[in-house]
Amino acid sequence: MLQVHDLTCGYDTKFFLKNINFKIKEKEFVGIIGPNGSGKTTLLRALTKIIRPRQGSIYLEGDNIENLTFKELAKKIAVVSQGLDMELRMEAEEYVLLGRIPYRRGWQFIEAHFDRDIAEGAMASTDTLKFRDRLMENLSGGERQLVVIARALAQQPKLMLLDEPTSHLDITHQVAVLDLLKRLNSNNGLTVAVVLHDLNLASEYCDRLILLQDGRIYKIGIPQEVLTYQTIEEVYKTVVVVKQNPVSLKPYVFLVSQEGQKQRK
Amino acid sequence: MNKKIFLWIIWILILTGILAGTAILSFCVGAASIPLKRIFSLILEGGGSSEYSILFDIRLPRILLGFAIGGALALSGVILQGMFRNPLVEPYTLGISGGAALGVSLNMLLGLQRSFGALTLPFSGFLGAISVIILVYSLTVRKGALRIQGLLLCGVMISFICSSLIMLIMALSRTEDLHGIVFWVMGSLEEPSWFLIKTVSLVSFLGLVISYFFCFDLNALSLGEEEAQHLGINIERSKRLLFILASVLTGFSVSIAGIIGFVGLVIPHFVRMVIGRDHRILLVASFLSGAAFLILCDTLARTIISPLELPVGVITGIFGGGLFVYLLSKKGHSF
Repeated sequence: MLQVHDLTCGYDTKFFLKNINFKIKEKEFVGIIGPNGSGKTTLLRALTKIIRPRQGSIYLEGDNIENLTFKELAKKIAVVSQGLDMELRMEAEEYVLLGRIPYRRGWQFIEAHFDRDIAEGAMASTDTLKFRDRLMENLSGGERQLVVIARALAQQPKLMLLDEPTSHLDITHQVAVLDLLKRLNSNNGLTVAVVLHDLNLASEYCDRLILLQDGRIYKIGIPQEVLTYQTIEEVYKTVVVVKQNPVSLKPYVFLVSQEGQKQRK
Repeated sequence: MNKKIFLWIIWILILTGILAGTAILSFCVGAASIPLKRIFSLILEGGGSSEYSILFDIRLPRILLGFAIGGALALSGVILQGMFRNPLVEPYTLGISGGAALGVSLNMLLGLQRSFGALTLPFSGFLGAISVIILVYSLTVRKGALRIQGLLLCGVMISFICSSLIMLIMALSRTEDLHGIVFWVMGSLEEPSWFLIKTVSLVSFLGLVISYFFCFDLNALSLGEEEAQHLGINIERSKRLLFILASVLTGFSVSIAGIIGFVGLVIPHFVRMVIGRDHRILLVASFLSGAAFLILCDTLARTIISPLELPVGVITGIFGGGLFVYLLSKKGHSF
């Protein structure tokens, strides 16, 4: 459904992403990983036309995104950005209803009934109906993240892009957020592309991983192919041990401290 | 009908009521005391008497002008605060008023008004405002993107430059012109030309209608520019059009009434605190409150030390600023 062809783009004169090529198939759950500054967020911004490509093109369901308006794009791709404004004095339900903006017609100032129903459905599937009258700024980080995902769902997207949705969350909420995404992926056929810092979460949840290094794709493949200790040591310049998760049989990355390495020797 | 919309309608009715009340009050009080009973009979009798002309040629135009300008300033305040996501922005922060004041001062220094008539005053004010708008705009638009922080800084700096130039003009001008400049800078709703009053009322009302095309854009922008774009808003286009709209509203107001501060800053804050921050209600509520507030301030300016008149900018400053500080201290508020 998404096809990135020879994409080169960046800010001002610097090129951040160079010659990126990949495809995301429908109903896939793809993880984007890589060290800080490797271009993960930039890639997401390119996919939503916030940064324009210098070279190459991006196709969404066969259409070049340059030919789609922001409104058309917002009906197909929903984005959950990193770090929502903490001081947001808006009730959760109002916030979720913002997800209906791309669907409003000319003179329609008030949400139609089905807009409310869709927003309510999105809140029900993220289990956030209980917060509907609370202000966003009064929700905890994990609760707020679920409401943000509900807003993204209210856009009824085909593809959802998430930028580190689990950072700053405790393990309960990390798992809650990713389980939710996985459920939406397998039950509702939502295609998901998620930037993750935590390699083990990426390994556990994603069908395929895209590993970026210095604005280039270093490796693409299933977790077993990408998360090998040679690759990780090469890209992250860190000594690790990779073993198998005894339950899911996915690779698990262990960090080894400098002291630990010495003791071993 | 859902609760939110019901509440909004109630608010609009309340504010319209307050506005109508203020307008009637302003119609009835003034230097020449005309009792209420007499007003009714005057209206029925029709024109001719001097009392009738006080009501319809002096008070009514001021009320209309107060409505148009108060509304326009508050509206452009809401728009600018919404798009900058900055509570300290107001129509005058962008240097528009500075430009208009500079235009008018130049006009007076060169004596254009004496040779070509009083209509050149608002015209030169408008010219000044427009030149500043174009200058600020062209300085901050690079590669097609309107940079909000740059716009703000640029506007503040141009304000300073303009006010320095005005002081220079004041130092150079004759005493009788000096008085005119000072009074113009302080702002007044006295305007003899019905044509200008009608024009500014029309502009102000159209501004309100047009702003409603952008109410969702403003709501989305309250999440930040990138988020708004993710919600399908073409933010570059919206920001540009909103900036032009706010500038035109301010330009018209300033060139006719001079500098009336605080309406564009305080009213949007006040309305946001009391009613909420959804722009679908915020726009019209601010317009109505701004109109009522300015009419009230003008009434005070006319009556406090009557038969003399205070500059209305003084009243809006003291009254608006005071009210604002009081509210701020009463209830912990953040933008």
